Amino acid sequence: MTTLPDPIGPKPAHPATEFMRAFARNQSAIIGLMLLAIVLGTTFLGPFLYPVDAYSMVDLPFAPPGGDYAPLGTDYLGRDMLAGIIEGGRATLAVGAAAAVISVVIGILVGSFAGFFGGAIDALLMKVTEFFQILPTLLLAMVLVTIFGASLVTITLAIGAVSWPQVARLARAEFMRIRKLDYVAAARTSGARNGYLIFRVILPAALPPLIVAAGLAVGAAILFEAGLSFLGLGDPNTMSWGLIIGQNRNYLLDAWWTVTLPGVAIFITVLAISLVGDGINDALNPKLRRR
Amino acid sequence: MPRLVKKLASAIGLLLAVVVLNFLLIQLAPGDPVSVIVGEMGGASEDLIAQMRAEYGLDKPVWLQLLIYIGKICTGDFGFSYYFKQPVLDLILQRLPATILLVITALITAVILGTLMGIFSARKPKGVLSHFVTIFSLVGYAAPVFWTGLMLLIVFASIFPIFPVSGMMNVRGNATWYGAVFDVLHHLVLPAVTLASIYVATYSRLSRASMLDVLGSDYIRTARAKGLSERRVVFGHALRNGLIPVVTMIGLQFGQLFAGAVLVETVFNWPGLGRLAYESILRRDYPTLLGILFFSAILVMVANILTDLAYGKIDPRIGGRRRKKARPAGARP
Repeated sequence: MTTLPDPIGPKPAHPATEFMRAFARNQSAIIGLMLLAIVLGTTFLGPFLYPVDAYSMVDLPFAPPGGDYAPLGTDYLGRDMLAGIIEGGRATLAVGAAAAVISVVIGILVGSFAGFFGGAIDALLMKVTEFFQILPTLLLAMVLVTIFGASLVTITLAIGAVSWPQVARLARAEFMRIRKLDYVAAARTSGARNGYLIFRVILPAALPPLIVAAGLAVGAAILFEAGLSFLGLGDPNTMSWGLIIGQNRNYLLDAWWTVTLPGVAIFITVLAISLVGDGINDALNPKLRRR
Repeated sequence: MPRLVKKLASAIGLLLAVVVLNFLLIQLAPGDPVSVIVGEMGGASEDLIAQMRAEYGLDKPVWLQLLIYIGKICTGDFGFSYYFKQPVLDLILQRLPATILLVITALITAVILGTLMGIFSARKPKGVLSHFVTIFSLVGYAAPVFWTGLMLLIVFASIFPIFPVSGMMNVRGNATWYGAVFDVLHHLVLPAVTLASIYVATYSRLSRASMLDVLGSDYIRTARAKGLSERRVVFGHALRNGLIPVVTMIGLQFGQLFAGAVLVETVFNWPGLGRLAYESILRRDYPTLLGILFFSAILVMVANILTDLAYGKIDPRIGGRRRKKARPAGARP
């Protein structure tokens, strides 16, 4: 007995499998993923592998890298740079992630309502968005942190509160596109209310590009936190990468490592996030998949 | 013209919103202005405090205070800086030219360099330059701008001391006016290059993508079929359409450019608005900070309106002037 060829053809792979394959083919995305693993590993496993207190003096101030007590040198107070970078990573990443979540939630709320309802609500919400876009975000965040005091919480809230407009525009565009699709009309006809339509029917379909935007927002928030800390608006009691740079900045010409190394950490982290984000974006976008 | 009028009306509305936001921020700040001033003075008698409260209108209802505040802004009264001991408006106007010089120089550098890199890499999408542009744009995005500045500072302060790394002018002054101009330009190099570095990355990536798109379109094939030289095809026909996304980006990113200036000015001690913002944060000088916020919003809005006008020039399909027939930009009859 001969087997007939399958008239339907081979069974298409599950979308998730398809996505993983497309992602795995993308070299730069894999490099990004590896860098991200290194950053997260250093930050979360580092305290166990290198148990040195980041806040106590281990050597003379400005001991160069390669010394007996501190492999990456010491800062202006004689504190261990490597321990500082490990310790500072936690605050930097936490602020980045939390601020990104805040900005994405605000952005999705504003964008979904504007895109779903259209008309006057859309016009009003877009005016608000435009308002936040004409204010230089860093300056507004500086004012907010100055007024409410510099702590990790206020810094996170300030960054989240000023960086949502881009997400809002993206969410709005997605909602405007999806709300016209047939399946939404079907859900509406079957009696779904607006709230259900927005959050249960349309939002899941609009989510993939928004997830990528959320990932990139983490990178932007890390840069933002670094900038604020550099300007002296960081939380003075919590070590972060930006704070290390800001505190050692005046001794830059005597001790290059105190400023260079935390900057390299920020650079690698943001680079990794944007490579992975681009990779996910390409893998989600079927038009770019076959390159 | 009615389009421009509409734009201006909307801009004035947004500015009014900025003023209201500023007012709310003052209300939210711990302690009213009088208690801050009294704190700076090191204490004052009850009578004097009450008198100052009346002078500042703090004994009136909030809505009336808001109206008074708006009225003051309209007459150019942005308050008095506790720390610098002069009116905020004077302070800002002294610093504004330095910032504008820095931002415009960085912007022009970034647009020219970025677009050229984009064009050449779009001509050979698989070439060495193209890969370089991709890598460079990732690097430019991921490196914090103040850190890039600090790295340049290390290089040019200790290894190749050919550019000054701090301030805007020689401390000893300059004998001649052209000496002074050269001196300022000499000081401008590092801050402008640092600020431009992020945007070169953005614009090269953007113009590469858009030129790739445009170079594949029908009217470019027609231009080539007419036998035009490659240079005329690229610079005469393709560039004009390829520039549109770059112009959009300039308008959208102007606020961020200004934010970058705050960091760059702090690194290089450039005496502009950004440096002033840094100094007023150190002193908790709210009136100055809020004045800078207001003026930066004006700068961004002016930039947006200019971008909008530039659109009309580049792309006749968008321009307000009615044309007989829409035709692709660059395809001259």
